[in-house]
Amino acid sequence: MNTRFATAMIMTSALALAACQKKAPEEIPPPPVDNTTPTPTPTTTAPGVGSMEHFLQAVGQANSIVYFDTDQYNIDAEDSAKLQRQAQYFNQYPSVTFTIEGHADERGTREYNLALGERRANSAKNYLVSLGIPASRIRTISYGKERPVALGSNESAWAQNRRAATVTIN
Amino acid sequence: MKKLIIATLAFAASPLAAQNQDLGEPIGEGQEVETIEEEEGLTGSVSFEGNLDDLGIAIPAFATDRNAPTPANANGTEALGLELARVITSDLRNNGLFKPTGPDSLPKPSFANITAPVWSTWGVRGAEMLVHGYVRARSDDRLTVGCYLYDMALQQRLVAEGWVVAPADWRRAAHKCADLVYSRLTGESPFFDSRIAYIAETGPKDNRTKRLAIMDSDGANHRFITTGRSTALTPRYSPDYKKLVYLSYVDGNPRIYVYDIGTGKQTLVTQSENPTFAPRWSPDGRWILYSMAVGGNTDIYRVSAQGGRSERLTDAPGIDIGGSYSPDGRSIVFESDRSGAQQCYVMNSDGSNQRRISFGGSRCATPEWSPRGDQIAFTNSSSFNVSVMTPSGGNVRTLTRGWQDEAPTWAPNGRIIQFFRTERNTGKTSLWQVDLTGENERSLPTPVDASDPAWGPILP
Repeated sequence: MNTRFATAMIMTSALALAACQKKAPEEIPPPPVDNTTPTPTPTTTAPGVGSMEHFLQAVGQANSIVYFDTDQYNIDAEDSAKLQRQAQYFNQYPSVTFTIEGHADERGTREYNLALGERRANSAKNYLVSLGIPASRIRTISYGKERPVALGSNESAWAQNRRAATVTIN
Repeated sequence: MKKLIIATLAFAASPLAAQNQDLGEPIGEGQEVETIEEEEGLTGSVSFEGNLDDLGIAIPAFATDRNAPTPANANGTEALGLELARVITSDLRNNGLFKPTGPDSLPKPSFANITAPVWSTWGVRGAEMLVHGYVRARSDDRLTVGCYLYDMALQQRLVAEGWVVAPADWRRAAHKCADLVYSRLTGESPFFDSRIAYIAETGPKDNRTKRLAIMDSDGANHRFITTGRSTALTPRYSPDYKKLVYLSYVDGNPRIYVYDIGTGKQTLVTQSENPTFAPRWSPDGRWILYSMAVGGNTDIYRVSAQGGRSERLTDAPGIDIGGSYSPDGRSIVFESDRSGAQQCYVMNSDGSNQRRISFGGSRCATPEWSPRGDQIAFTNSSSFNVSVMTPSGGNVRTLTRGWQDEAPTWAPNGRIIQFFRTERNTGKTSLWQVDLTGENERSLPTPVDASDPAWGPILP
């Protein structure tokens, strides 16, 4: 029980730390981390294994999310490179469990997009399983078009929203 | 350090507490409405032969035998009589039906005149039809409301009916009167005395709060069912209005719940770790259709509304989702991307004989069978318009032209279609409706943004 609280605390400080960093994303906006209170938190604790911060530091932010073409769910070369990087991490830390969140852009009907998000999350999951990550460590969830990261109604925004994002649970 | 731990504990505890706690206070079921025969029954045939849009209808205040106190109105039955006539007038006017003139610009008939109109009073007002009515408080607190439709040219009663309602249901009596007038003059089935379930939306586009809400067909008696702590989507009223099925993320995953309006309790539609979407009722209320994704592959299942084992109806690779029963319960129209893109298919209610019906070159999504059986409404998910076609896929007509219109739902009589419209960039949503003819498009006022409308049948 105590370990869990400690982990949660580390996560909280790690999130605050993440808010201070101003890494320029290669091609995508940062994941929806709360950066409304950029107060510097003095801490000496390194991100705990399996925390989102630890995962992102290890694989790189850009590698934590794969993107899909309109209505598609296939893993292309770029996606597979990202997922291989993720698989390295999850092989290195076999106790880490994680969620793959599947999303769709707004240009689809609500129910179909829920099913499409689930299909995308499962594509990424199946690829990781093929790389040796046990399925039991991977949870999938679809948010359909309910949680966009890019808010415009244009091709560029939609491309950023058609995604499967890996989020660690620990 | 101790302080921090306590703070963390509170943080960790709140999401747990939120689980299964998204429901607000139970709202309770409505009461039955008792229909009473007005003496003499039906007489006469309509004399008017012009366009029904031009038919003038005078709707003066309903009379009362004596101004009695009633829980339905702080000023008693006399004031209630005025409100009844106003509701009827709004029903007809807001739906573009006839040319109604409401009680605020008309004289008040006396109680005795309800069954014996003073023709000379109304003849000078240019109305072809006259609605009269009365309201009386009963000794048991309930109300008796009578509704009479007269043809001015014939000076004859066309139809009369009365209802006994609980004070809280007084608006239902007005809707029933509007339905009586509408049905008598058009020959169509009624639709005003019905309710709508939908999703109320607030907040920014990337963090919308989505709550299950219900309201009468005219937007009155609005109530939130969930608190908004977790996302709720795609509700459907059971045909008897006793339950709602809808999708909730209350346990962190998208799952279909059956919410019992009388008890305020809800249960999972199926005990499964898999996500479930797109719930639908059969017209007799005995079955619930839902769609479930297993390993990313979504299929349609049906389960008895009483619970029990689910039966899988589709097994094509790809997304099979949704489903809407024909009024006779024998067929189901559903959506599938088995051909590569969203298209509409029809199958028998046991899943046999699956065949594609949409071939127009556009995508077909969220098909909904008309309660009359003669049309299927759907979302054209290439252009995002609401369209209709015959059950064999013919005579496709586009009814709406918004930037993104989706999720059609039928009025109980199959003459009006509601849907929701999403605004470009802002993501703001609103409810709209349009006639089957493509005319009389209008937005429905809701307290906040709104999506996923589901129009229930005529209230029991």
